[in-house]
Amino acid sequence: MKRPARLLAVVPALWLAAFVLVPALIVLKISLSAAATAQPPYLPVLDWSAGPVGWSSFLEALDFTNFETLLGDALYRDAALQSLWLAGLATLILALIGTPLAHAMARSPKRWQPLLVALVIVPFWTSFLIRTYAWIAILKPEGLLSAVLLRLGLIDRPLEILGTQAAVLVGLTYAYLPFMVLPLYAVMVRLDPSLREAAADLGASPIRVFWSVTLPLARPGLAAGALLCFVPMVGEFIIPDLLGGSDTLMLGRVLWSEFFSNRDWPLASAVAILMLALVVVPLVLLRESGTSDRDTVR
Amino acid sequence: MSHFGRITLGLGLAFLYGPILVLVAFSFNASALVTVWGGFSTRWYGVLFADGALLAAALVSLRVALAAAALATLFGTLAALALDRGGRFPGRSAFAGLLYVPMVMPEVITGLALLLLFVGTGLERGLVTLVVAHATLGLGFIAVIVGARLKGLDHTLEEAAADLGAGPLRVFATVTLPLIAPAVAAGFLLAFTLSLDDLVIASFAAGPGATTLPMRLYSQVRLGVNPEINAASTLLVGGVTLIVLGASWLSACGGIRSDVGTG
Repeated sequence: MKRPARLLAVVPALWLAAFVLVPALIVLKISLSAAATAQPPYLPVLDWSAGPVGWSSFLEALDFTNFETLLGDALYRDAALQSLWLAGLATLILALIGTPLAHAMARSPKRWQPLLVALVIVPFWTSFLIRTYAWIAILKPEGLLSAVLLRLGLIDRPLEILGTQAAVLVGLTYAYLPFMVLPLYAVMVRLDPSLREAAADLGASPIRVFWSVTLPLARPGLAAGALLCFVPMVGEFIIPDLLGGSDTLMLGRVLWSEFFSNRDWPLASAVAILMLALVVVPLVLLRESGTSDRDTVR
Repeated sequence: MSHFGRITLGLGLAFLYGPILVLVAFSFNASALVTVWGGFSTRWYGVLFADGALLAAALVSLRVALAAAALATLFGTLAALALDRGGRFPGRSAFAGLLYVPMVMPEVITGLALLLLFVGTGLERGLVTLVVAHATLGLGFIAVIVGARLKGLDHTLEEAAADLGAGPLRVFATVTLPLIAPAVAAGFLLAFTLSLDDLVIASFAAGPGATTLPMRLYSQVRLGVNPEINAASTLLVGGVTLIVLGASWLSACGGIRSDVGTG
């Protein structure tokens, strides 16, 4: 029974090799090429038909100029730092909002829980673009938030939030909240209630019970949620593009403009490699936590 | 449930749904201004359905999403079966790792990598490359959903069928497949909505030949808030809500069926 089941992996494995592994290697290769006004717009091109000669001339022509540009130019350095900073800060905010929310879901009556989970999942399935767009109407100076605050007399002139880092943070928090809440909830709902009861019987206040029993036990969920949010946020394009200003440089946006506006494919590839280097540690951690999670469930 | 818990839930759900509800409300606003309520009107839906370019893009998106979800479901289910039933075969962890990559990788990287592959191999960019890209995106999600279901399956049912003389294919078709069908269907729906929603990977993979709905919406959204987009968004949100309800209904069915099976 095991051998034929193994063979089922062949087709998906070939697919993944062709459309995940090989493309990643191509990105690496092109990040070491020079830009050229040609089609495709980079040099050198590996000439398979020339055999070993082609290989050696290809290797000789590789150059690291793109990475020198990336590391030397303040623009790219700032973009990398800003991506890490915004993604990190948003992850922190998400943990602070997501933990009580997941906790409240896990402690709500059992018959409500499927509905609550579905209510958190619907936005997760709803278009990212639309959910980000919704915030433009709210945050722009002549938008809803300004209008409400003006009417209440809390501010005396329209808010200038849209186009700032604050708007990007709001957008990131909003878009990624389900990614934080769902893994946290999945862990919290499985916690043995007798542990909490024991702590409470021994005189711990609800806050103390949460802080010294629930939260430590929920750490795998918190870690998985944080990584699931942080990694894609580092490379986020839509949110900084629509809600951020021209000074909100995140790596995803830099890669996009190098590719689509400047048509510098090698530099865009180098940005991709840099981004990968920044997220590879969290990615490995995520994979580890994923496997250990499954072991605890089993 | 405590007061605090109830307030937290209320605030959390208000945060999640407030912006979407604002969009829905303003799609019925006769005025084009966000801050002015000009009375209830469906005029923007009329504008929407007269917009040929938008409808054509929606059609492209639907076709791509159907094909990509079908491919992803097939490959994802195969992958889940191999991981669950194949024992410890060589390359198993590399295979499982590759399945994860498209799920968590920043989309700009996946998009750029696929585009460079398509250009490098001389593949004409269009519907086919879009389907390939989105099938790759959805594959891992389906493997996870179907894999979770396979893990929870009662293996004695399959053994019983085999003891009664059913061959491996017969066991799969009459026992395993019906049991995992709800998860397969839920995975298909997720892959479908992922494809329908994707802007970044599609922008790289589509080329000048094909424009999907998110690409079309994005080019309009960049120009600012527009009531026609509000109307389109409302329809999309409504459609997704129906799909999620369908998917959770499917998995609820699966739960009941497996309870019957094990009890």
